[in-house]
Amino acid sequence: MEIIYQLIQSTYLGMTVLLIVALGGLLAERSGVTNIALEGIMIFGAFIGVWGIKIFERYLSRPSILLMIMIVLLILILLITILPEYRYLKKKHSTDKEWKEFKIASVIKVSIAAVVLLISILLTMVVPNIATNPQTILQSKTQMILIMGLTVGGLIGGLFSMIHAYASIYLKANQVISATALNLFAPAFAVFTARILQGGQQISFMSNFMINKVPLLGDIPLIGDIFFKRNYLSFYFSIGLLILLSILIYKSKFGLRLRACGENPHAADSLGINIYRLRFKAVTLSGVLAGIGGVSFVISTSTEFNVTVAGFGFLAIAVLIFGNWSPKGIVLAALFFGFMRTIASSFSIIPFLNRLGAPAEIYNMIPFIATLIILGFFSKNSRAPKALGQVYDQGKR
Amino acid sequence: MRKPLKCPLVLKNIIDKIRSVFKIIFSFIWKILKKVLIVIRPSLIAIAVGLLIGLIIMLIFNPYDAFPALMTLILGGFNGGLKGIGETLELAAPIMLTGLAVAFAFKTGLFNIGASGQMMMGAYVAIHVGVRWTLPSGLHWIVALLLGMTAGAVWGLVPGILKALRNVNEVVSSIMMNYIAGYLLIFLIQRNVFLELEARSRYVQSTAVLPSLQSVFPGSSANIGILITMVVIIIAHIIIHKTTLGFSLRAAGFSFDGSKYAGMNTKLNIVIAMTLSGMFAGLAGAISFLVRGKAINTAFVIFSQGFDGISVALLGLGEPIGALIAGLFLANLRMGGFYMQLYSYVPQIIDIIVAVIIYATAISIAIQALLKHYGERLGVFYRNRIRDPLRVFYKKRIRDPFSQCIKKRREKKLSKKEAKS
Repeated sequence: MEIIYQLIQSTYLGMTVLLIVALGGLLAERSGVTNIALEGIMIFGAFIGVWGIKIFERYLSRPSILLMIMIVLLILILLITILPEYRYLKKKHSTDKEWKEFKIASVIKVSIAAVVLLISILLTMVVPNIATNPQTILQSKTQMILIMGLTVGGLIGGLFSMIHAYASIYLKANQVISATALNLFAPAFAVFTARILQGGQQISFMSNFMINKVPLLGDIPLIGDIFFKRNYLSFYFSIGLLILLSILIYKSKFGLRLRACGENPHAADSLGINIYRLRFKAVTLSGVLAGIGGVSFVISTSTEFNVTVAGFGFLAIAVLIFGNWSPKGIVLAALFFGFMRTIASSFSIIPFLNRLGAPAEIYNMIPFIATLIILGFFSKNSRAPKALGQVYDQGKR
Repeated sequence: MRKPLKCPLVLKNIIDKIRSVFKIIFSFIWKILKKVLIVIRPSLIAIAVGLLIGLIIMLIFNPYDAFPALMTLILGGFNGGLKGIGETLELAAPIMLTGLAVAFAFKTGLFNIGASGQMMMGAYVAIHVGVRWTLPSGLHWIVALLLGMTAGAVWGLVPGILKALRNVNEVVSSIMMNYIAGYLLIFLIQRNVFLELEARSRYVQSTAVLPSLQSVFPGSSANIGILITMVVIIIAHIIIHKTTLGFSLRAAGFSFDGSKYAGMNTKLNIVIAMTLSGMFAGLAGAISFLVRGKAINTAFVIFSQGFDGISVALLGLGEPIGALIAGLFLANLRMGGFYMQLYSYVPQIIDIIVAVIIYATAISIAIQALLKHYGERLGVFYRNRIRDPLRVFYKKRIRDPFSQCIKKRREKKLSKKEAKS
């Protein structure tokens, strides 16, 4: 039984990263922009995010400084998300309805930021004072640092993906080419900067971000073992994100516009949607998610960032296509990939596979071969967004 | 007026004829140059932008060495004389071939991101043949090359068939094929050609080593691979631009439905394009490992030359000949990075520069529009300056500064007198 739990928990490791990044890719591709740059954005986000974690760890004993940095970060994000919208609406002489929508959206954003702030205050100030167990004290602070690292990674990923978005949407560049440029740029920049600024290219951090047991929920017999033990915070984040995005894409106005934009941008444009802005937003959001995915990959697999995310960006694209451009399919595909990777990495603890005596490389190959076969069977009725990969030009018919 | 030539009429006629012939030739060359310049202008602009940004980054991190380092970077292999040039050529051959592979697939509207995997399989098969088989010395390396090509072709065939028959996205399937190749490579090497002490494959036999060009480039490890590469690129150019097959491939790239409507077998075309593309990548692998003292380690890695190939193809505007030039350029830049280590910079600056160059090629249309816009504005500005009557007036006055001084003094004196009175 213990082995099964272990397998499930290590399946979540791969699944979490793939899910977050593939959902990001989903946003971009549903709006009609291919984002092969996910790998590069992940590396860039992980680079800065892990560096941030390394810096924040210094202030582990002084929670007030950590909170200050967190508040600054949140205010920065709020400004970045709200201010351009405000300026755009003001410039456009827009209607009352649009102002109302804008107000609602900004209230939601501010409240999300407030909730995050509340959680971080709880983690740094309140929990360590109440708790008597020293391990809990340490853990609550490291979780706080993880949240900050993810925030920084997301912020940087979003900014970095704007380069791709600007070229491929406003300057009408080939989407594959500009994305390839980002993929090339990110690792080179990470190695260059890290080597010049600190000597080596590895960026190591000390904390172990694993949550051994979630306080109350971990005691529930079966569910507690499966979901609430030996997990990372990013797992819960990815689940929340999945629910949020499946509501956002299928039930909200933004999602409807997003899908319309990916299927038939000219029709959507004729109904008054600004295709360029919508696509820019979608690609930037996908960059945010890719950056977060990069950080969560590094923190869950090792204790240092070595300028690689093991091809998870490309795998996420495969998961996205495998999952047929829908959140439901993406979860299944990510679970499948995570499970296969788990088998590949830990086949020696499974007695049945260990007896077969096949070399490790075979198990490593299996997920990819299986994907190819499954894609071969099911790809005939897969349906990509119709305008995917096409440059949108208002003047074109 | 020019003085009349003091020479017999016959000679004068001959000279005139030679002159006219030269004029025709030069005008012809000039026309071709102009055409070429229009085609490669975006690449040139992109390269300039990339080098500029690289220079800026170098200036930020270490301003003293930036300019000499940039010069070293641009000179590249020429820093090391003939030896350096030879090494550049050796480095260039696989990059050019993977670039050709990617460009060839581009022509059919496919994005072959799996050149790395195809190259790895080609490399493995070539090493296998080179190590395990015994053949006469002239034949051995040819057989190894051909079988390496075949292995690459098989590796490219799979995504091609999946795309043609089952509509699987070729980007995903070729990424998968990359990973499969990566693990299969380790497995096969450990099985067949393993040297356990050093955890790498064995070296190929001396009969399987490509004939070297050491007599031309003394001291370097340049071999005949570069010549093979050039021949292959020219063949690919002929296939694409001068044959019916090439035309139908390009037609599938321009418009998939259009070429289908015109009665071409688009599915077969996709398979052919991917297979040929894989073949070129496999040849790249074979060429880069049929060298004395070169072996594959058994750590999981996906060869970076495949991704270099994407850069080369994009920089070469998706043309085989472009891939040739861009491959040489990139290899030269990489050699420059090697020599640049003298100056406290990390060679990854080259990847940054290449990334910026590719980004600039992607937005080259916008950059050109920008340059044209500002160029026109500059032209208008200058024209206005010349035509502006006031300007002419000023110019005349400024021409004689001495008299102006006198005038000013007189005016001052006059004004003083007026003030006194």
